[in-house]
Parts: sequence; structure tokens; C-alpha cells
Amino acid sequence: MKNEAKYENKIVLSNVGNIDPTNINDYIETRGYEAAKKIVSNEYTPLNVIDIIKNSGLRGRGGAGFPTGAKWEFTAKEKADKKFIVCNADEGEPGTFKDRLILEGDPHRILEGMIIAGYAVGAQKGFIYIRGEYSTAIERITNAIKDAYEKHYLGNSILGSSFNFDIEIKKGAGSYVCGEETSLIESIEGKRGNPRIKPPYPGQKGLWNYPTVVNNVETIANVAPILLNGADWFKSFGTEKSPGTKIFTLIGNVKNPGVVELPFGITLREIIFGFGGGISNDRKLKAIHLGGASGAVYDGSILDVPLDYDALKEKEGMLGSGAVLVMDEETDMRKYLKNVLEFFKHESCGQCVPCRIGTARLCEMADDIIEKGGKEVNIEYMKHLTDVMFKSSLCPLGQSVIMPVKSIFKYFNNEF
Amino acid sequence: MNKMVKITIDGKTIDAEEGANLLQVARDNGFDIPGLCYYDKVSPTGACRLCLVKIKEQKGLIPSCTVKVSEGLNVTAFDEELEDVRRTIVELLISEHKLGCMTCDTASECALEDLAYRYNVTVDNLPFPVKTKYESIDDSSPVLAYDPNKCIVCGRCVKACYEIQGKGIIDFIGRGIETKIAPDLGVDWKNSACDGCGECIQACPVGALFEIPSVGKARKWEVEKIETICPYCGVGCRIEVEKKDNEIVRINGVDDGPANNGRLCVKGRFGYEYEMSNKRLRTPLIKENGKFREASWDEALTLTARKFSEIKKNYGGNSIAGLSSARCTNEENYIFQKFMRAVIGTNNVDHCARLCHASTVAGLARAFGSGAMTNSIRELEFADCILVTGSNTTETHPVIATYIKNAVLNHGAKLIVADPRKIDLVKYATLWLRQKNGTDVAWLNGIMNVILNENLHDKEFIKNRTEGFDEFRMVVENYTPERVEKITGVPKEKIIEAARIYGTAKNASIVFSMGITQHTTGTDNVLSTANLALLTGNVGKLYSGVNPLRGQNNVQGACDLGALPNVYSGYQKVTDPDIKKKFEEKWKVALDDKVGLSVVEMMNEAHKGNVKAMYIMGENPMVSDPNLNHVEEALKNLDFLVVQDIFLTETAQLADVVFPAYSSFEKSGTFTNTERRIQLLNPVLKAPEGAKEDWEIVQELALKMGYEMQYNNQSDIMEEIADVTPIYGGIHFYRLGKDGLQWPCKDENDPGTLFLHKGKFSRGLGHFSPVDYIPPAELPDKEYPYILSTGRILYHYHTGTMSRKVSVLNEYEPGPYAEISPELAAKLNLKDGEEVRITSRRGAIVTKARITARVAPDSVFIPFHFAEAAANRLTNDALDPIAKIPELKVAACKVEKM
Repeated sequence: MKNEAKYENKIVLSNVGNIDPTNINDYIETRGYEAAKKIVSNEYTPLNVIDIIKNSGLRGRGGAGFPTGAKWEFTAKEKADKKFIVCNADEGEPGTFKDRLILEGDPHRILEGMIIAGYAVGAQKGFIYIRGEYSTAIERITNAIKDAYEKHYLGNSILGSSFNFDIEIKKGAGSYVCGEETSLIESIEGKRGNPRIKPPYPGQKGLWNYPTVVNNVETIANVAPILLNGADWFKSFGTEKSPGTKIFTLIGNVKNPGVVELPFGITLREIIFGFGGGISNDRKLKAIHLGGASGAVYDGSILDVPLDYDALKEKEGMLGSGAVLVMDEETDMRKYLKNVLEFFKHESCGQCVPCRIGTARLCEMADDIIEKGGKEVNIEYMKHLTDVMFKSSLCPLGQSVIMPVKSIFKYFNNEF
Repeated sequence: MNKMVKITIDGKTIDAEEGANLLQVARDNGFDIPGLCYYDKVSPTGACRLCLVKIKEQKGLIPSCTVKVSEGLNVTAFDEELEDVRRTIVELLISEHKLGCMTCDTASECALEDLAYRYNVTVDNLPFPVKTKYESIDDSSPVLAYDPNKCIVCGRCVKACYEIQGKGIIDFIGRGIETKIAPDLGVDWKNSACDGCGECIQACPVGALFEIPSVGKARKWEVEKIETICPYCGVGCRIEVEKKDNEIVRINGVDDGPANNGRLCVKGRFGYEYEMSNKRLRTPLIKENGKFREASWDEALTLTARKFSEIKKNYGGNSIAGLSSARCTNEENYIFQKFMRAVIGTNNVDHCARLCHASTVAGLARAFGSGAMTNSIRELEFADCILVTGSNTTETHPVIATYIKNAVLNHGAKLIVADPRKIDLVKYATLWLRQKNGTDVAWLNGIMNVILNENLHDKEFIKNRTEGFDEFRMVVENYTPERVEKITGVPKEKIIEAARIYGTAKNASIVFSMGITQHTTGTDNVLSTANLALLTGNVGKLYSGVNPLRGQNNVQGACDLGALPNVYSGYQKVTDPDIKKKFEEKWKVALDDKVGLSVVEMMNEAHKGNVKAMYIMGENPMVSDPNLNHVEEALKNLDFLVVQDIFLTETAQLADVVFPAYSSFEKSGTFTNTERRIQLLNPVLKAPEGAKEDWEIVQELALKMGYEMQYNNQSDIMEEIADVTPIYGGIHFYRLGKDGLQWPCKDENDPGTLFLHKGKFSRGLGHFSPVDYIPPAELPDKEYPYILSTGRILYHYHTGTMSRKVSVLNEYEPGPYAEISPELAAKLNLKDGEEVRITSRRGAIVTKARITARVAPDSVFIPFHFAEAAANRLTNDALDPIAKIPELKVAACKVEKM
């Protein structure tokens, strides 16, 4: 059985499973839209809102951990006729389904967070870019938007204020790289979902070249609770540099896979052996792929490291989306390497040379490792190639191939 | 120019313009940073990752093509790490590239080949096995092929198609390693909207996109490259001809060509096959007993001189008429009109400009004092409002259309299109006015009525720079939007919106062509466009003006050099005694002071027997002129007809003597393009043995007729032109260089004129003309219920003597057709491609129906290029009373299913 009571600390998922997500009144009863109402009725200036988010130390939950308050602040400072808020709900990271839970279980939380973000940066229009396969989530969000308009929580002069805010849904078409913010923006504009060169950053020139905040679903879901309860309350969770909680998706060879919201500073041992109940079939742990496809693959030596954004940087990895993929002793790491590389090859948009051709060549070389054995393949060149891809790829997709590849070669060297 | 800043590259301090492209600056200063996707004519892509550099205090490696120069930038362009990254990227590219270099037409000019050499990368020394599989080549287009196996997916073609040509037909398809480019998201090239301009080929840094007609003709290092001017339309694109063994291998746009900036259209790039045709004339021909026989030059010239002299002696000089040529050089046009005036003794000289822009010359001369484009072609890109009317620019002046599209797509300009047909530019337009044919004065007056009512006119400009405003205003006040809607069929809301867009623009430019000019009210139409520009002060400044687009390569020059019955070169009137005296002294002969006959008048007089002989140089009235049945009778009625041309045209077949001439690829001389730019031709190929240059033929004829004419070359002729022609006063061959000069260019120190009427109109004040709407000469009735209009298409040119000898152009558009609306087709129970008989009061033709919503429901459009179903058998030769231009754009017709 899951040992939830001991480990879970719910901020983001507090409503999920506890309210009827199709009923706006259920959300309102849990103090829903209270924060937004307070803010847009001018109890707070936009600067106040940004200060609170900055003080809370909230960092982007999409994977990079960029301080949300700072992102809002420089978007707010840009002078432009229009600005946009985009909620990145294109959850495509393999083994990750945390955003889906929020979208399906507490859709108004997203809308409220976006309204607050819009007020803070001076945007009057928001887009939710949602993974096309998430049909229930799309339905729930669509209905939530409709209900919010009916209650004048969206539209013109919302929540009894003079603030206008609209939200529109855009559906993604299954491209991993469209989870990358600039590709996502291109896709909303109706173009091919290829990443843009940064700078300019979306905060300067985003959607149709207007300043745009792009925040992950989980990030936005933290906004209303922070505004309601204050930055200090939020900082009482987690670690100093990574306050709050993180939703982890535990999958693979564990007894109790699933989604769990835990404060930063938790260890993988607590997640896998506590919440997860240990390795299935009572086998031994071999490897953990942490943070999604772009994260590093570790052996058991990682189990007791307190998890936050900075601790993992030192370990040449990342917390990423919070995916924890557990592999037992039976796993063939050569095949796993191939599997990961096949994913990158498939998801490369094809725009820049190192990623487009690099992923294809790496895949072929991984094939050769399986067929002919590691001694027959120039593994040093594979490492070199991922290094060049890291340095030279246009967007994080090509840049992050290095993490799984190098860590697999590092921790599981004896298999090659 | 932005301010200069100092940057450092690899320790060297460099002065550079702030905001300039870092990669370009680095390269300009000798740092040969590699790069494949960078293309200075489009926005940076940053995809090949070869131009990565390090910039002090910035994170990571940065693609220099995406960096704008700013003060203090400290750049590392070359170090071990950067070169290592670059070598690896080249290795990846080579692993994916079909190394077909041995048979590649791009070999030795391939950017990837150079990089492979530079980094010593071959397919054998790659640190991994190559497993790439090859895909098939798409060679379904008539002109270009795409080899995905050679494609490096740099995207230059994609951007060239959108950002340069404004078409956006090519894009990427597939993802990741499967990515390639394709037209229309993946259809065969043949079935796509691609019109074959080949801009993508020119942008391709490798051999992935290439010209089908050039395949296997020559290695790049075997060709000689010579720059000259395109022989087709009036844009005057500068072309680079690659030749081997006196054959054209390939034509490229010249990147710093003043009019085209490297751009070309399908005709300019691929329409050269006629040049090498075995149908070229190689010897003079004399007709005996209805049949041509070959003759020596001496015999043919002697016969012609004798005939002309006899007719002149018996009936007077005015019994002879001459048609000069918009395809020949300025010098040849000058010599031809001089021959007609000084040797024959008549002002009966004209050319096909009569049929296209006579009303422009008349109208704009009256309004502004000068009958040419007020602005330069490339200014169009920077106008914030462009009103295009009566010009299907995409097809008739394809390269000019690209600048209009650039203005809309790249700079957010507003485009208003007024055209009875839903032409390609409508796609780009903010507003489309579909007026009934021949109602242009009405809608233009309507727009001006709204501008006045809404107080959008430029009072200051009207007060200081114009005259005649009050009389003009009285007429325009009658043209309320409601009344205009009734006349033109354009909803009044659209008239109002057009007035607001044009009236509030900072820089508005009017572009027009034959939809405005080819009417019995052609001069009135032109005057109305001038009124609109005057009313809003949109003339006499950069980017703003009135811009008639001239149709043929040298139609502007033929007019400039006096191939007109009323003026000598430089629009100097034959009726002005001082001018006449000047030319009499120069030419040492007495001249006629009466205005001569215009094109249609010549045919009418020949028909009546008053004109006995004609001399036609490089024109084909048997296809180009209105009411062809009448023209044919007229020409057959002549006692003596001389034609000189490069082919035995429909007109030449009626001649008594035919002289073989040089094509523009074979000679020197100058053309003046539609923006008044005089540009130098370079002989590219050797002319067929037995042909002569047109000016030489005329000169020899003059000598045979006893007139002293001794020019050594075209440059000599230009010296005389400069001497007697004030607007060409500063034109000398040695001054022309690559950019040419734009008239007026008064003397040797005059840099020429970018745009006209700055500060002062050529005539002093701009003149408002009160113009009332007059309906076309022939309107539909019960018997002839539909409106017939004619015009040009992209793939053919004028009477087809050149373009119809080009197989790839014929592949695109093999023959005649008529555009018929779905409504009319339904009425006639007509299917696409079925034959129809189209009849007017003057004749009938049978042609194929092309069913398209481009034409209005009650209208028919027929391209006039095709002699076998010549549109001009149907057209009306009713004339504009001032300009004598026939009403080619409106006639009444009936349509029957065959």
C-alpha cells in the first residue's frame, strides 16, 4: 500500500480528487478565485504580485527551475501593445503525467493562476497549449473556461474589476519539442513547431513577437495558493533554494507506481522505497532515469541525495519534470541506451544539424553496440558527439542528449 | 546609416555599423567563419550551427549570424574548441549527403564541398559507418529538380521563396532526420503552386535544387559568365549568363542588379532556348511570286532602298510608315526614327508602346510633365500603402510583384487591388475592389470624393505644388460613393475604406498598367491616378508616386528615343520650330513639322491605300495589334513591306523583304527599364552568321538611299543621343557600369534621378484635371452579351516569338485558352478544357475554355500571345482621342460551346 500520509504534502494537488472538477462552485468553495478577485480588484498592484511570487522563491516546474517571479518581472517591464500568458500543458516528457492530473482534477486552479499572471505582467490574453491526446483534460479545461466566462471570471471587466482577460485553448499535435517554449509559441502561431533562437526570449518577443510568459501547468497551479497564503507559508515547504513541493511521477520496476507531491529535499530512497514500496518482484535496483528522457541515468549511489534543482546539477543531471523511472537488475542498459536515443531521433525537429543528424548517427551506433558489442563501436566518439550536440544544438532537445548518454556510459561502463 | 562601434574579433579591433550582422561583419573583415544557412538576403536562421562563436561575458556558443553588432562585443571566431565543433558538424553533414559530386552540376561551387575540403572530411574517414539510404529525386517540375539526398536542410530556399519572392510555396516537411523541403506541404513539384522562378535554386548552397535544362551541359569551371540585361519585360533584371561553346548553359540573377537584386522570374531564368533556335533567320529573304528566296545583303538592301526611294518620289515621304521596336536598343530606336524622319522624310514612326502606354505618356505628361514611373522599382518595398490597379503584376512584371509582396509580408504595408479579375495579388491585399471593366475614372473619383469629404487631402501640397484644384473638385464632388457603386459595382463601403487607407498613408504608391491605359478613356484614367496622388501629396517624394509599369524590355527607351510620331528623342515636339531647327542642323536635312501617324492610324491608312510601304523593325503587329483581320488586310494592301527580325514572324511572312537581325544576347547597346534606368547590354553569344545588328541594317539602308550615316558602334550613337536629348544629356557608355543611370540625367556630372518631381514638377506645378466618367466604346448587348478582356500571362511574352520557342515555357502553358467563369460555364454546359468559339463584331476564334473564378461571372479573359487563336482578332480598335491607344481591355463578345 502507498504510504501517503507520511510523505505527501499537498499544495498543488490539494483539490485533486477532493472536488468535482466539472463544478466551478466546488472550486470556489475551496477559496477558489479568491486570490484572483483580491488581486484584480486592485488590492495588489502588479508589482506587489510579482514581489510576492519572487519572495516565494517559486521556480519553474517544467524542468529548468527558472525563478518564476523573475520571468514575470522582465515580461512586465517590456513595453508593448499586447502581452500574452501561455500555459504549457503539452506534457510530453516520457513517463510524466503530473500536469494531466491537475488539468483533469482542478482545471480552475490553472485559469486562476493565469488570470493572476496576466494581471501581474499586463497581459489580457492567455493560451493553454494542451497535449492533443489529453482528451479528458481538454474537455475539463474547455468546460472550466466556459463556466468561468459565465461567471465573468474571464472576459471583460472580470471579477468585478476593470481588468480584462481571455483564455483560449490550443491543442498540440504530439511533438515533444513543442513542449519547448519557443517551439510551442511557433505552434500556437500556426507554424511548424520548430524552436526559435534565443535571445530574444519569449519575455521580450514571444507570441507574434509580443512579450509572453510561458509557464508550466504545475508552476501556474502554485500561484493562487501562494497569493492566498503568502510567500513565507510557501517557503516553509521544501529547501531554501527550491521552496515548495514537487510532483513526482514514479514508474518502472516499482511496486507502487504513481504520482506523488512531495516537498523538495526528499530523497529518491524515500520516494522509491517509501512511497513506491520498493522494487517489484523483490529484485535489486539497477538504474534510475530521473527527470525524463533528457535527465541523467544513475545507479543506486544517487538514492540518498536530497532532491532539489541545484543538488542535481552537481550530479550532472536534473530534476526535470520529476519523472522517476526505476529499472531493476534485469535491465539491459545497451538496449535502454538505444531506446532513449530512438526517442530523441524521433522527436528531433530537424532544424539544426547537430541534433538532426547527430541523433540519427547516435542511434545507428547504439544499434551497432547491441549487434556487435561495445568494443566494435567508437564510444569515445559517441561521447564527443553528445558533447558537440550539447554545445552547438539550437534548443534544449539536442543539448540534453548528453545527459542520459554520458551518465549511462559512466555508471554502467561495464556493460559496453 | 547607424553609428559606428568598435568590436573585437580574435583580438583585432574592428569598426562596424551598430546593428549589423556579426557574421557578415566578420567575413567582410577577413574572418572566414563557415556557415551554410546564412544568406544575406533573408532573415538569419541559425540552424547549421557552423558560424558559432564565443562572445565574452555571454553563455555558451552563439551563432554569429543571429547576433547584431553592438559596442564592445568581444568575439572569439576561431579556437580549438570551435573548430572541433565545426569539424564534427561537417562530418555529420557529409555522412548524410549523397556524394554525387562527379556528376553534380554544382560541383566546384558547392559550399559543402568547400567545407569538406577545409576540414578534410571524406566519407572514408568518418568515425562511424554510413548507413544513409537514398530517396528518389523530384524532377516533375518543367524547370527545377530537388534531390533530397543532397539537401542539407539549411532552409535558404524556404526563406527565399517566402521572404524574397513572397510566395511561400516551399516549406519543410517531415521531422528530424526525415526532414526535407517540398512545395505545398509535399505534393509533386509539378502539381504545386510553384511557378518556376528558381529563386530557390539560386539560394541553394549545394546541388540539391538545380535547373533541369542545364543538367549535363557543362561543369561549372567550363562556363564563361557574362552579365547583361534580361530580354523580356520592362523590369530590366540584370542577369548573369553562363555559356559554353556559344550556347547558354544557365542564367542567374545578378545579386546587386539595381532593379532585381538577384531576383528573376521563370522567363528570365529559363526562357533562353529561343536564342539557340534553328529557326533563327540567317540570311536576307526576298519574296518572289509569293515565295521567299534567300538573297545577299547587297541585293536585299539595294532592292529596299530602290523601292523606298521610288515610293517616296512618287507619293511623298508620308506615304511610308515605320514601326520601331520596344525590343531593340535605345541606339537602334534612335537610328530608326532618324531614318524615318531624315531619310524617308516623315514623322510616321511609332511602335507598340502605342498599344500599351501611349495614354500614360500623354496623361502623366499633362499632369506632371513627364510620362514615366515617378519612383524606382525597389522603393515599392518601402511604401506603406500600395494601390495596384489594372496590373496583374505577378504575371506581367514578376520581379516587381515580389517587392509589393515584400512590402506586405515583410513590412506590413497595406495593399489595395482594383481589378476586375481576382489576380494573384488579391491574396496579399487588405482590400480588393472588383470594378466593372472600363469604370476606372468613376471609382478613382469616388475615392477622391471620400478623401475630400473626410478632409484627408494634403492642403499644403495642393496649395504650393498644384494648379486646377477647384475645377477638379467640382467634378469629383458628383462622385458620391453611392453613385460610384452604381457605376462600378464596387460596394460603397469598399470605396470609403480604400479612401481611408490611401488617404491616411504616409507613403502611398500607385502602380498601374494596361488595365488603366488600354481604354478609349485611357488618358482620363491615367489623369485620375495622377489626381489622386496630387490630392494627397503622394508624389515627388521617396516611396510615394504614380508608377506605370512598362511592358517590354525597352519600351521606355523606344519612347524616350523618339520612336513616336509626335516627338523626337527626349519628348521634344516635332511641331516646335526651335526643336525642328535643332534637329535639322544636327541631321543636315529638312524635316517635317507635322505629327505623323500612330500604329492604328498607319494600318487604317494602309487599308485605304494612302500608306504604300512600311518598314517594321522587331515588331509583330500581326499578333499584337487590335482588330487583326483589318491589320492583315492593311498589310497585304501595301505595295512594299520590309520586316527585320530574328525570326520569320507572322508579320515577316507578309513581307517583301526580310532582314535577319541580332538578338539582345548578341549585341551591345542600352535598354531603358520601366524605372527610367539606362542599362548596358553585353554581347554574350556570337550571332548567327549572316545576321546584322538592327542599327547596322538601318545605317546601310540610309547609305544606299544617299544619306550620310557613319556610326562605328552603338556607343557612337549614344554620343549623338546625349548631344541632342536633354534628359539623356549625361548618358555615355563609359558611365553606365553595373548600375546604369536613371534619366533625367542632364550632363556628365549628373548622378541621375531616383524619383521624379522632387520639390518641383517637370512641368512646374502639378496639374489637376477634372475628369468625368465615360463608358467604354463597346458594351455588352443582346447579341454580344459578355465582356472580353485581354492580357499577358507569366509564361509567355508579347506575341510569343521568343517564349513560344522555349520548351519549358510551353510545358507550363502550351497554347491558347480563354478564362471563363464557373457561372458562364454552367450556363453553356461547358467543362474545363472544352473548345469554345468566341466571337466579336470583328472576328471569331476557337480556343479552349479554362474555367476559373478569376474572371467575373459575365467576363471572358484571353491571353494575347497565341497567333493560332489570336485574341486580337476580336479586340476593338476604337481609339483614345488623345493618346490614340486602342481599347484592348473592353470589347463585347459572345461565347458558344463547340
